[in-house]
Amino acid sequence: MSDAHSHADIAKHVRVYITVFLALLAGTIATVGMYYVHLESVPLTILIAVFIATVKASLVAGFFMHLVSEKKAIYAILVFTAFFFAGLMALTIWSMHDFPVLAGSTTQHPPAAAAVTTHVP
Amino acid sequence: MDIPYTTQLREDTNLFNAKVGIWLFLASEVMLFGALFSSYILLRVGATPGTWPHGLLNIPIGTFNTTVLITSSITVVMAWASLKMGNFGKFKLYQAITLLCALGFLTITTFEYRDKFTHYEVWKKDGTRMTGHIDGTPWFWKTETLKEKKIDSITLHPDAHHYTEPRHRGAAAESEHTGHAEPVRIASADIQRLSAFVPGHSTYFAIYFTLTALHALHVLGGAIVIGYLWGPGSKMWRTDPERFTNRIEVSGLFWHFVDLVWIFLFPVLYLL
Repeated sequence: MSDAHSHADIAKHVRVYITVFLALLAGTIATVGMYYVHLESVPLTILIAVFIATVKASLVAGFFMHLVSEKKAIYAILVFTAFFFAGLMALTIWSMHDFPVLAGSTTQHPPAAAAVTTHVP
Repeated sequence: MDIPYTTQLREDTNLFNAKVGIWLFLASEVMLFGALFSSYILLRVGATPGTWPHGLLNIPIGTFNTTVLITSSITVVMAWASLKMGNFGKFKLYQAITLLCALGFLTITTFEYRDKFTHYEVWKKDGTRMTGHIDGTPWFWKTETLKEKKIDSITLHPDAHHYTEPRHRGAAAESEHTGHAEPVRIASADIQRLSAFVPGHSTYFAIYFTLTALHALHVLGGAIVIGYLWGPGSKMWRTDPERFTNRIEVSGLFWHFVDLVWIFLFPVLYLL
């Protein structure tokens, strides 16, 4: 956000903040409502929940954190952050499909599954 | 000596230094929580199908806590806007509401934790498992506690459903607050394992406590900074209002990030 604001500018921003606040409340109600509706498809449920959360997070970052009108230096920091975050998530997804199949093993569960079954009798 | 670029913008970044600093810090925080989220994904995907608990957290309380944090986010930004408009009185009011929200959030989290520390799962030697509350609501009991305290049997007020049973979503959490089935007496000799809902109970609670406790620590840290700037630190408004406003903006950015993390934590832990 520009560091030199007139009072009129700020007053305009305040109206936006209130709108964003109401949108965040609506998003929360939608997320919880979706839980109680109980969709049969688990992937669809996850997709909708993550989508609503992403929209809410974008509103907070964009308007409350002023990213819609920030300086280039901040965007540069965030580009690097987004790159490494995407890399981290890509590695996570990759590792979900890349686990050793041990000789003599009849199942193909990843190691984490084995950890759960031994931990909980 | 004056600290440079507290209010004056640097020529290269076109920003005051603290703002660059907080965004670099938030970038590292994204990676911290990102790593924990990826751990959550791996633990959940790797769990044996049907064993990942559902419905153990109280949805209405989680929803209320979400609303509290969202409310605190707007009061923080309104406090900053008030300073930009030169209204110190409104700033004090908005930040007081923020602090109350932070206190409310932490208090509710504490009660949620207390509920977990007094809620138990019993694995019996015959293979059956049940969850519920033990008479006297003891804290942190485990299998060894029965031997150490020479307890022959426990009286368990079982939940209506076990978290691994197919049921209406949220039933376990609802039953936790709406009463239990008939109490059952279980001999210690029949118990293979006893555990409260603590991090050692399962990978689910390990990641639940790691994520929520780290987040709660961030709320606490943010509240301490906001509290300082609301109280003794607010004297700077009289001597250097622009620098004080920048401090509020920087602390606000951290607070919004904490809210942003919760926006993802809530559906991931409570609803999915």
